[in-house]
Amino acid sequence: MSKALLYDSTLCIGCKQCEQACATQNKLPYNDSVAAEERQSDHKYTVVLTKGEKFMRRLCMHCEHPACASVCPVGAFHKTKEGPVVYDVWKCIGCRYCMAACAFSQPKYEWGSLNPRVRKCIMCPDRVLAGNPTACAEICPTGATKFGDRDDLVREAQDRLRQNPSAYVPRIYGLNEVGRTCVLILSGMNVEDFGYPASKKIGDTPMPEYTGRVMERVPDFIPIWSLVLGGIYWISHRREEVAAAEAQEKAKETKNGSVR
Amino acid sequence: MRIKLTFWRVVFLVIMGLGLYSTFVRYFYGLGAVSNMTDQFPWGFWIGFDCLCGVMLAAGGFCMVGAVYLFNVQSLQSVVRPAVLTAFLGYLLFIVGLLFDLGRPWFIWHQLIYMNPHSVMFEVGMCVMTYTTVLFFEFLPSIFERFNLKQPIKWIHKFYPVLIVLGILLSTLHQSSLGSLYLIMPSKLHPFWYSPALPFFFFGSAVAVGLAMTIFESTQSAKALGRHLELSVLVRLGGALLVALWVNALLRFEDYFHRGMLRQILQPSYEAYFLWLELALSFVIPITLLSFKKIRLSPNGLYLASVISLFGFITNRLNVSLIGFETYVGHHYMPKWTEFSVTLMIIAMGFALFQIAVQYLPIFPGEAVAQKQETKVNVARPMSSPVFENAGD
Repeated sequence: MSKALLYDSTLCIGCKQCEQACATQNKLPYNDSVAAEERQSDHKYTVVLTKGEKFMRRLCMHCEHPACASVCPVGAFHKTKEGPVVYDVWKCIGCRYCMAACAFSQPKYEWGSLNPRVRKCIMCPDRVLAGNPTACAEICPTGATKFGDRDDLVREAQDRLRQNPSAYVPRIYGLNEVGRTCVLILSGMNVEDFGYPASKKIGDTPMPEYTGRVMERVPDFIPIWSLVLGGIYWISHRREEVAAAEAQEKAKETKNGSVR
Repeated sequence: MRIKLTFWRVVFLVIMGLGLYSTFVRYFYGLGAVSNMTDQFPWGFWIGFDCLCGVMLAAGGFCMVGAVYLFNVQSLQSVVRPAVLTAFLGYLLFIVGLLFDLGRPWFIWHQLIYMNPHSVMFEVGMCVMTYTTVLFFEFLPSIFERFNLKQPIKWIHKFYPVLIVLGILLSTLHQSSLGSLYLIMPSKLHPFWYSPALPFFFFGSAVAVGLAMTIFESTQSAKALGRHLELSVLVRLGGALLVALWVNALLRFEDYFHRGMLRQILQPSYEAYFLWLELALSFVIPITLLSFKKIRLSPNGLYLASVISLFGFITNRLNVSLIGFETYVGHHYMPKWTEFSVTLMIIAMGFALFQIAVQYLPIFPGEAVAQKQETKVNVARPMSSPVFENAGD
């Protein structure tokens, strides 16, 4: 059973305690100046954005079929069956394909480091494996960020939409986007206004399928193309061989003829 | 021995000096200090130019090997060695470029042990590694010849069919895969350049560039080394280039037509200007030039058309990798001067290595050999030309 986070922006009061808890959990510095930063970075995996009276959290969506994991040449990212998409830094070669491929632009880079790592929310895998909620969900004073089984959270989100339709944009962001994510978002405003990619734009197709369609042909393509190329080689050189052999035979014949 | 300071040597030294400074910044202060790459623009000029354009410009190797050894077009024999040398150096320098761009280049060998077969990048990496090895073996005979080692040449000749087929197979795979890299970014890359047909475009344009690059480098080295230029070879390459350009142009048109983009690409916009530039340089101007018989039969005309199309395809790669992302990101990316200087240094190294190799190794056929081939061209079977043109498809 996959775990997930449900973020309901109508319950969020913008206290940024999730930011602080995240920093503590990941041993990152957190002070007023970091709190004032309005974007995610290598030292800020989650951010609470403000627009007037409305708030919106951004964090890694923990896709069911993560693009980052599928594109990594060394498999430094993988999806755990509990939900988190985690990163094995010792494998990473620093190609940054994960950053380019992520539809939500979540992986961030340590540009200033001499041995840089990719940084993103990893959904507190140690806590989740031990059966505990993530640091951000645990500290949230209003329950705006809620941790639980994905199926239960989807049901709860649907209930909230049904009971209070006027408060919400009628959709659960992440329910089907890029083939389901483990972070679900309910909001009174369009999430697109806070920098999330539009549902229509990213679609419901799991991202790895776009490259998978090509990659799955490679094992067939290699033997077939080798045979074609080998065949062309054989034919184009065979003609020459035949010509040479014929010429030789002819020469032999005339020689034999002259002997007789 | 005294080395004279000529203008180009001074330029070379300046480029190398600035490049070494940038190298120092790269490895002692990190990627952030040496480049303008950001979290929004994780792939910058080094991926766009050094990697995408570098590999594309090295396509002459597999094109010429394919024409001469696979399709047995003997009349092009004289350009195979320079093309293979260019390709071999190109791939070596591409790997050098990668060592700058990778965040943790000291772990580049992880590809070999932590393999992820679903990754396009993994496929590109493995192909490039293997193909560079193949190119090394294709290049070895010139070294053996230089030192008059007859036995090893015989050994290599035994494996030649395998090397040729393997080389072309690997080139097909990774030239197209460089396009496949971008297939996973449908929501980020501008629709002018995002297309499910990207791998076909990348392969098709690599073949065209392979031909154009061979014309360029043959003319250039003939000028530099004071060699006699074999016009018949250039003319034949020019004809093939025209066909390859047409095929590429038609592919692109079909793609825009089927995606219903024709109206959109004609409307002025930031992206449209870059697209027009790209299409004009890679297709409209060179195709128009090469359509005139007078130009197609003159060395200068062929040279001009080839160089323009090379710039066109370079624009294409930069559009796909940089310009196409600017609307999504919301701001422009301009490489830092240190990024340019590293690239310039790598290119300068390429030119220098090429010159050294040409000077000390039998890359270009000697004058006597050239004459023999010139006569051979005249009696060459005319039927080999359509076969060769098929290589452009």
